[in-house]
Amino acid sequence: MSTIVSLPDQSTATLPKRSYLNNEYGLKSWLLTGDHKRIAILYLISITFFFFIGGALAGLIRLELLTPQSDLMAMDTYNKVFTMHGIVMIFLFLVPSVPATIGNFLIPIMVGAKDLAFPKINLLSWYLYVTAGIFTIAALALGGVDTGWTFTTPLSTHYLNTHVITAGLGVFIAGFSSIFTGLNFIVTIHRMRAPGMTWFRLPLFCWSHYAASILMVLGTPVLAIALVLVILERTIGIGVFDPAKGGDPILFQHLFWFYSHPAVYIMILPGMGVISEVISTFSRKRVFGYTAVAFSSVAIAVFGFFVWAHHMFIMGVSNYSALVFSLLTMLVAVPSAIKIFNWSATLYKGSITFETPMLYAFGFIGLFTIGGLTGVFLGSLGMDIHLTETYFIVAHFHFVMVGGMLMAFLSGVHFWWPKMTGRMYPEGISKLAAVTTFIGFVLTFFPQFIVGYLGMPRRYASYPPEFQVLNVFSTAGASVLGVGYLLPMLYLTWSLKYGKIAGANPWQATGLEWQIQSPPLTENFTVTPVVNYEAYDYEWLANKTEHEVQTVG
Amino acid sequence: MDSQVLAAQTSDAPHVEHAHPPYLRHHFATIEQQRETSAFGMWLFLLTEIMFFGGMFCAYLIYRNWYYPAFVAGSHQLSIVLGTINTAVLICSSFTMAMGVYSAEKFNRKALVGWLLATIVLGGVFLGIKTVEYREKWEKHHVPGLNYSVAGFTHIDPEHPQEKPLPLDMAQKTQVYFSLYFAMTGMHALHMVIGITILFFLVAKAWGGKYTSGHVAPIEYFGLYWHFVDIVWIFLFPLLYLISRHQ
Repeated sequence: MSTIVSLPDQSTATLPKRSYLNNEYGLKSWLLTGDHKRIAILYLISITFFFFIGGALAGLIRLELLTPQSDLMAMDTYNKVFTMHGIVMIFLFLVPSVPATIGNFLIPIMVGAKDLAFPKINLLSWYLYVTAGIFTIAALALGGVDTGWTFTTPLSTHYLNTHVITAGLGVFIAGFSSIFTGLNFIVTIHRMRAPGMTWFRLPLFCWSHYAASILMVLGTPVLAIALVLVILERTIGIGVFDPAKGGDPILFQHLFWFYSHPAVYIMILPGMGVISEVISTFSRKRVFGYTAVAFSSVAIAVFGFFVWAHHMFIMGVSNYSALVFSLLTMLVAVPSAIKIFNWSATLYKGSITFETPMLYAFGFIGLFTIGGLTGVFLGSLGMDIHLTETYFIVAHFHFVMVGGMLMAFLSGVHFWWPKMTGRMYPEGISKLAAVTTFIGFVLTFFPQFIVGYLGMPRRYASYPPEFQVLNVFSTAGASVLGVGYLLPMLYLTWSLKYGKIAGANPWQATGLEWQIQSPPLTENFTVTPVVNYEAYDYEWLANKTEHEVQTVG
Repeated sequence: MDSQVLAAQTSDAPHVEHAHPPYLRHHFATIEQQRETSAFGMWLFLLTEIMFFGGMFCAYLIYRNWYYPAFVAGSHQLSIVLGTINTAVLICSSFTMAMGVYSAEKFNRKALVGWLLATIVLGGVFLGIKTVEYREKWEKHHVPGLNYSVAGFTHIDPEHPQEKPLPLDMAQKTQVYFSLYFAMTGMHALHMVIGITILFFLVAKAWGGKYTSGHVAPIEYFGLYWHFVDIVWIFLFPLLYLISRHQ
């Protein structure tokens, strides 16, 4: 049963005199900060920057595909544009999106700590991220790279004369930034929990970040070594992946996908954490099957390591290993489905309200389900032979990454915006943005399922004219989607100055982060909190609010 | 009685202050928590290093199975004498590093600096011998990509008549062996260079007495890193040098 919760009156809320935002002033106090909240803000600004670069490139791709001929740009340029779109969006936006911003901000507060375990390493991870960004921008500015984001050998090592090394180094460095973030989270969740904060009192946000961090820490180094070997092959010509010297390009694929498939879960798991928090808060109910949801995150992380070869079904792996990997791929659907069903069950008989984060969360559930189920299509061997390298794949992973993760990211940004800034976003226009994003998204990517099923291959600037209608739909949708992404950027910036003052707990949520002032103090807690209630205990919150002595001043 | 309790309490007070030494970071409650946290972080970092080298060990395993004769022939080209000396040097450097940690725990500043310097010297000797080996490979045309010739594998070497010549296609595969040899020992050497660089900073700070007043953690955890690099070599040495000695 859900608890009846009345949201607090915001007209009396005031901004606290002292917070992490006004503790110190000046550029230096930001660039040399050890405060996880300030680093989260630095990350938020920089990933937004790269998101708009990646988004602009996506716009160019859709514009080119408006007509069947290659007319907007040369075919080579098109290759560079989609490669850069992939690299920027995956390594500079999706991988750090929720963990490095919202996760960085919240995980120490959620576990009741003053900071992450290693503040300096946290700052270092941001600088590495920026360096990676500079390398990537440099590769773009110097003339681009056209390997596709997968750096597939021998294309990347022998046949291209573009800036593979610069881009590869960018990805390598971004990988270290991600490793340090993951390492910090794991250690913080293990060692920095407040008294009484047991593993099963942790918010599910922490569980899913913990699972994602395991993937970051164990997967990313393998990508790093694969890229090092590619770079060595390009520069001095060693032959680990070079068939002329006895090397095997398929080995590169194995090493690459050993990271890059788990990377998909690095991208989606933190988003799932956001959705657990948001669904629970706006249904005023404990997440149904807390333990199952918690362990399903870990299960996704574990299974996620054993499915990588499903990216390689048509690349010459043996039929038997394809069979095994196909089966294992189906298994990942189980923990993902557990999450979807448990969120739906959480909604059942909850007192649901439809604030913006909740709208985005609904978008996530619907779109992620479609994205996940089409993943099962692609995991089936026979179907995969038909659909691989078509727009069906493109639609599938955009449903998961954009429809899933980006929705979750926006949901989280809206949900914790009052905590981060102390001010509310404007509710009306943000609901409009959420709906626009959803409509734009479906219009962009649903036609791609059809056009891909009909056989339109990915990575080409031109296509047979009979596919044009669906591509026009898709490009039209992309423009709507663009508006949907621009709106939050504008009104969230506006709200920094003009938004209503939020107060400590505008949603009446139960996490530790909502029991402290917004925006929080630099040290988060004045006294170390002692946790004596379960996660998502709305009864506890209702009682606490009833007996609380309200101080005004 | 009461006055005694009071006295005990007041004399306890400075001890409570003492429980918060200057190196306790603000976000940790106790020194114990800080110690556990940084140890855990360091081990986790070493785990990422295992995965990093793991990719190359995996490649080694596969290619060795595929191109067994080429790997045997390639392995015979390495100098087992230099390899053994280097292994001994590296194990000694692990010993000096361990003694450094011990000296820090015993608050012995001069011994700490001495042992760290000894570690630097031994690390330098290792890299020096490695350079000699690399140079030898260059002279024998065994550097894939830059300077490679399979001639040495397709003809019987008069100095080593017991070596059987390889057919040309298998001789080509020795390039994979040497690619992995350079990638693996190169990455290992890079870790040594990074380690030695950090050691110089540690020596400078140790000279100022930073680690000999109870704050052993940085020395201890750097020691873990150094031992890890050592252990990687302990795997590389048999896999690259020894494994095909009797074939």
